[in-house]
Amino acid sequence: MLLTHRRILSASAASLLVLGIAACGGTTKDSAGDAAPAATQSGAADPNAKLKEGLKIAYLPKQLNNPYTDVEVGGGKVAVGELKGEYKLVGPNDASASSQVSYINTLIQQQQDVIVVAANDPNAVCPSLNQARQAGIKVVSFDSDASKDCRDAFINQATTEGIGKSLVEMASELAGGAGEIAILSATPNATNQNSWIEVMKTELAKPENAKLKLVKTAYGNDDDQKSFQEAQGLLQSYPNLKVIVSPTTVGIAAASRYVSSSNYKGKVAITGLGLPNQMREYVKDGTVKKFALWNPADIGYLAAYTGAALASGQITGKEGEKFKAGKLGEYTVGAAGEIVLGPPTEFTAENIDKFNF
Amino acid sequence: MSELKRKLASWDSIIILLTVFVLVVASFSVTNFGTSRNFTFLILDLLPIVLVALPMTFIIVTGEIDLSVASTLGLASSIMGYLWNQGLSIESIIPICVIVGAILGAINGFLVTGLGLPSLAVTIGTLALYRGLALVVLGDGAVADFPFNYTGWVTGTIGGGSIPNVLILIVALAVIFGVILHATPFGRSLYAIGANAQAAHFSGIRVARTKFWLYVVSGAVAGLVGVLWTLRYSSARADNGAGLELAVVAAVLLGGVSIFGGKGSLPGVLAGVVLLAALQNALRLQDVSGQALNIVTGALLVLSVLLPNIATSIRSTWQRRKLRRAATV
Repeated sequence: MLLTHRRILSASAASLLVLGIAACGGTTKDSAGDAAPAATQSGAADPNAKLKEGLKIAYLPKQLNNPYTDVEVGGGKVAVGELKGEYKLVGPNDASASSQVSYINTLIQQQQDVIVVAANDPNAVCPSLNQARQAGIKVVSFDSDASKDCRDAFINQATTEGIGKSLVEMASELAGGAGEIAILSATPNATNQNSWIEVMKTELAKPENAKLKLVKTAYGNDDDQKSFQEAQGLLQSYPNLKVIVSPTTVGIAAASRYVSSSNYKGKVAITGLGLPNQMREYVKDGTVKKFALWNPADIGYLAAYTGAALASGQITGKEGEKFKAGKLGEYTVGAAGEIVLGPPTEFTAENIDKFNF
Repeated sequence: MSELKRKLASWDSIIILLTVFVLVVASFSVTNFGTSRNFTFLILDLLPIVLVALPMTFIIVTGEIDLSVASTLGLASSIMGYLWNQGLSIESIIPICVIVGAILGAINGFLVTGLGLPSLAVTIGTLALYRGLALVVLGDGAVADFPFNYTGWVTGTIGGGSIPNVLILIVALAVIFGVILHATPFGRSLYAIGANAQAAHFSGIRVARTKFWLYVVSGAVAGLVGVLWTLRYSSARADNGAGLELAVVAAVLLGGVSIFGGKGSLPGVLAGVVLLAALQNALRLQDVSGQALNIVTGALLVLSVLLPNIATSIRSTWQRRKLRRAATV
């Protein structure tokens, strides 16, 4: 009985194999030209439409239990309060894309009006976001963009160019114009990280930065322990490292913590994007001389107003449309639905005490 | 106890009834639970768990375990992404990934049956090994540009209606595995092996060979699920499916399969998978946090192992008391 059973199994396996190879010459990477059908944009914008009240606005950041995220959604909560809407915060504990998909599905079921999402992977969340848009939900991405065809608008904290340029400028200044630098990033797929790193590489290729050499990009996955270990690894593998640039608040905090308690203090400079409250002690003790950021609360705030403007028909996400975002004033939609908050702020020992976030 | 009473009081029936109860209550009390879109989400959420649980049930019934399934999934997903980037057609990639899964399962099978190593230790080792290999193949990145007609099939429904396409696959495989387990001599031999492997061996059952092929099937199914996972999220990553093995084992044990082997039924396991998935779906719709969800799942799992054991010890104390009373009379 076992023998015939197994013979049937092997026969079916063999036929599957034959079928598979016979179908060779089927859909390949190059031949697959058809993209997923994106949700259609609704008619024209009416800038004079009144902002609807009682909108259900849900925030889905990259992960919960992240100090940067907490500030962002805090600003969002304030805005939703001003809009007299219903605020909801959901998110995974790990910055993974597949967990975000289940939350998006739940939000669709709960019939939210707006989903504000920071994508862990620009493509993995695409099918569910498009399903949300087909169900009439407006999708605003913030912080970390999703693919262009699955969201209605993207709130960018500063222009991608601006952030990348200021990171390289700070690194160059701290390295004295020449030397080895390394990047300590978050997760390898995060859209925002990758776009800033692209700009940094373009900047570093310019003649004025010829003496700066980027030796490695490490990934701390926005996990404090892993970032700490990656910082250790960087300094062990590259003893001549001059600057570690970390464009993530978790990474810069972990790297500063490591350097300030090691022999590298004073020899290796740390810079990047950090939260003033987290970085204050390292700025005061000299480990970190300069870093940059923007006010994350404003991003969450602007995202809520953008979502409300979309849901009320004031804008449709096309370039050139204008809308008012509460206390932040008037904003214009840029190319590909991108809305820029403003230029980044540099923090040093002189001005760090003025900020509380 | 009459035959009917014994059947109804068995753990499997309790779980099946509990599942139906939860589904009915949730449909009425949780808004938006009983919609066809939510049904599709539910089926997609439980797709990897239910498919991997089918061969896992067979393996646990024989008294072994396979904890490397999630890593096999991840490695298959990585290979899928790697081969796609190399320009192979998706029609060739899918069978290749299933065969790779079968080979990985065969390695497990060889270590457990050929070298006689304990399956718990072996599969924990291959859990780490295969996940490491996945990282070597694809690194930290992801491959996302899979063709829409495949990814759309996995997430879509039949003719745009309310039955998800993947439900066909689930039902087909569940029926095949169910028939093999409950209606063939091969299936009976698994229970024999689980109850007493030595006795089974002496009655002529090829214990080692059976276990080997179970691991091969487990690996092949994990490879297939790796493909489906990748297509569902349109994202091939080395860390896909991390932690899935725990959800699968939890569902299988909840379904009444004894961890010591020799006992359990497939309908019970299917009910266990649906119960866990439906509970998580319904609670999430009620905005219960992720941590609370973990607590509920963990508590259910502990109960599913504890209660049958408590029931058995109560029954044996009762029988001993009856015997003692009969003896003193």
